[in-house]
Amino acid sequence: MNPTLHAVLVFLETWWVELVSGVVIVAVVPLVAGYIVLVERKLMADMQARLGPMRVGPHGLLQPIADAVKLLIKEDIIPDNADKMVFWMAPVVSMTAALTSMGAIAFGPAFQVARDINVGLLFVIGVSSLGIFGIVLGGWASNSHYSIMGALRSTAQLVSYETAAGLALISGLLLAGTLKIRAIVDAQQHFGVWFVFLAPVAFFIYVVASIAETNRAPFDLPEAESELVAGYMTEYSGFRWALYFLGEYANMIVVGAVATTLFLGGWLRPFPNVRWMNWLDALPALFTAAVGAYCVYRAGKQPVRVQTWFMWGVALACFVVALILAVPLLVAPLKFLVPGLHGAFWFLLKISAYIYLFMWLRFTLPRYRFDQLMHLGWYILIPLAIVNVLAVGVAMILEMEYGWNRWLAMLLTTVITLATALFLLRLNDKRAAAASSAAPPPEEPSTEDSYAG
Amino acid sequence: MQDDAAQNQTLLGADELVLNMGPQHPSTHGVLRVKLKLDGERVRGTECVIGYLHRGVEKIAENRSYQQFAPYVDRMDYVAAVSNGLGYCEAVEKLLNVEAPPRAKVIRTIMTELQRIASHLVWLGTHALDIGALTPLFYCLREREEILKIFEKYCGARLTTHAFRIGGLQYEAYDSFEKDVERFCKDFERRIQEYVDLLTGNSIWIGRTRNVGVLSAEDCIALGASGPVLRASGVKWDLRKAQPYAAYDQYNFQIPVGTNGDTYDRYMVRMEEMRQSRLICLQAIENIPAGPILGKVGKVLKPPAGEIYHSIEAPKGILGYYIVSDGTTQPYRVRIRPPSFINLQALDKMARGHLVADVVAIIGTLDIVLGEVDR
Repeated sequence: MNPTLHAVLVFLETWWVELVSGVVIVAVVPLVAGYIVLVERKLMADMQARLGPMRVGPHGLLQPIADAVKLLIKEDIIPDNADKMVFWMAPVVSMTAALTSMGAIAFGPAFQVARDINVGLLFVIGVSSLGIFGIVLGGWASNSHYSIMGALRSTAQLVSYETAAGLALISGLLLAGTLKIRAIVDAQQHFGVWFVFLAPVAFFIYVVASIAETNRAPFDLPEAESELVAGYMTEYSGFRWALYFLGEYANMIVVGAVATTLFLGGWLRPFPNVRWMNWLDALPALFTAAVGAYCVYRAGKQPVRVQTWFMWGVALACFVVALILAVPLLVAPLKFLVPGLHGAFWFLLKISAYIYLFMWLRFTLPRYRFDQLMHLGWYILIPLAIVNVLAVGVAMILEMEYGWNRWLAMLLTTVITLATALFLLRLNDKRAAAASSAAPPPEEPSTEDSYAG
Repeated sequence: MQDDAAQNQTLLGADELVLNMGPQHPSTHGVLRVKLKLDGERVRGTECVIGYLHRGVEKIAENRSYQQFAPYVDRMDYVAAVSNGLGYCEAVEKLLNVEAPPRAKVIRTIMTELQRIASHLVWLGTHALDIGALTPLFYCLREREEILKIFEKYCGARLTTHAFRIGGLQYEAYDSFEKDVERFCKDFERRIQEYVDLLTGNSIWIGRTRNVGVLSAEDCIALGASGPVLRASGVKWDLRKAQPYAAYDQYNFQIPVGTNGDTYDRYMVRMEEMRQSRLICLQAIENIPAGPILGKVGKVLKPPAGEIYHSIEAPKGILGYYIVSDGTTQPYRVRIRPPSFINLQALDKMARGHLVADVVAIIGTLDIVLGEVDR
């Protein structure tokens, strides 16, 4: 046989799962991200007493596709003084990092995206933080003041909050004792409880830090619209801009998946080991069926016939999914499908809830100022995360060496960390008060024209 | 080169960064251009470049009759057109030595106070948006819409209303005018609580506004600042009380003042002003006197030669009209004292030493409208 062909065949034989996964990620994630944007716009509209996108497709459901087409055919502008190579590369780096980090994530016991590597979580975090290079390089290459300021803010922010997030994850990893994605979830099944209940402070720190890492409000300083126009993306247009955008939303999915895996029990249903709660297994099917029923109910009230048909279509899809979720429960020979299908359902539900939280905060809160962001990171979150890691470690020693009740030990650590948090906040207030009373904003003679000439 | 660096005394001896903010910028409220002299993110100096919206309103006045010029003043502070119109009509009335009938005065007061609420709502929404809170803007515009509907029903226009005429009113209040105003005022009490819930106690909001852009009372007076900017610094000066015009002497209301003169105080003062305006409206619709709506003014206005200065408390501060008449049908000279223009002077004083993000908050808190700054 031709040795080249042979090599290719061997390569395909060993790597076909990864190749297929790669294609699936690249094909599916942008679409999902587009629809997350639509969901976000719809939710925002709902909270702001308006309708949101309504024109493209029924209830604006085709809006993401229209947006993508628009961005693709838009003129691609590269500023004259930009470093063209870096300018071209930067969004690709951002996007690639976000997509690559998805490779190790598992969406259910049966849906490992690429491979369950032994450093799974570390890989996800490490690779997804590489996305920052895209932002910094893009901001630098644009050769614009707004861009460079956005890039600088982004760098400082990521360095600060990645530390806090990493320390928060260590608290969870101490409990799990492994970095393997599947083993982390198995550990939670073995414990019989999601880690969020054992280490709530760590989860809280991770939520805050992950919002900052993904540059979402109230920590969206790198692209603060009202201050820096669009921050590091100011000079980008067309599909390069879209790549940054997709990268951001893909990152949201990644941090949501990490939080779900480590703290929210991954693909486990609530109370995974409690036998009398087994009726919860029926919930996914009932839930999707209920959504379908609601669509049927709404279908009659649509003003336009296309929308009625569309609602019927959505209802049908919901019923099909409900059937797929229900059949393995009822038909004994198909029982082996239950963990896979239901696991994926719970996992996606938890990620959605996590992303919903992000959106909700974005619509509600004003934006932090840069110095306040840094204070929050370095004076409160990082010390708190360090204390939390130590406390969780002590609790585990108490449990394993001295036979304490696990809940008692964890309660103790939580109380200790919360006390630390209060202390830090008090300290911070005092420092802020001292700073504001001691040093009024620097006064300079303002009579002369600062731009004379 | 090294000497320069030593002179500038910036961190690491780096050059200062000049950031050009505007005239195309999401939060300069129109076409304001601010050149920021920055050390990192810290503001070392600002320079405002204005005039992008200059239309020569004062010069136009010299070539129009007194009535013809009235719609032009609506285009100055276009988010508070009714207040502009009131100031101009009263100034010309003073020049003519006529007085609007009591009914016209009360309706003018109601309309102007509604306009004050509408103007403050636009300020609140955009100010919150500048600081990063997306949602209040839409709530504010929702309430403003109700006010604009009342305007539309009254005079057919929503924004540049030209609601008043020299000597009184052209239009009688429509049938359900009182009812509409009352319904708005009743709803508004509950709505204003929504903004309070979203912002007043929010620690991020407080962090972004407390001790930002502090102006002392002395500074305010020296710079000529007026309106909520002045009152937030603790100076209780409101022309509605100090030199009552229209029908303000008939109503009970409070003048809210602040203590620190920071952005948070200005926020609190404006919020309270909206509540007070609501109370004025409620009092005014109780008893609108019957009678004519237009005083005795001729078709052709020929004021006697002379000059007059009349000022009112517009939503943004003291709005003054100085009119010189040479006895003809056209003014010889009209000079307008726009509150936004004079309040904008305080920007440099307020922004020095703060961060770029604060500049945006300070521009928002000054509540400028470029149509009025440039005229």
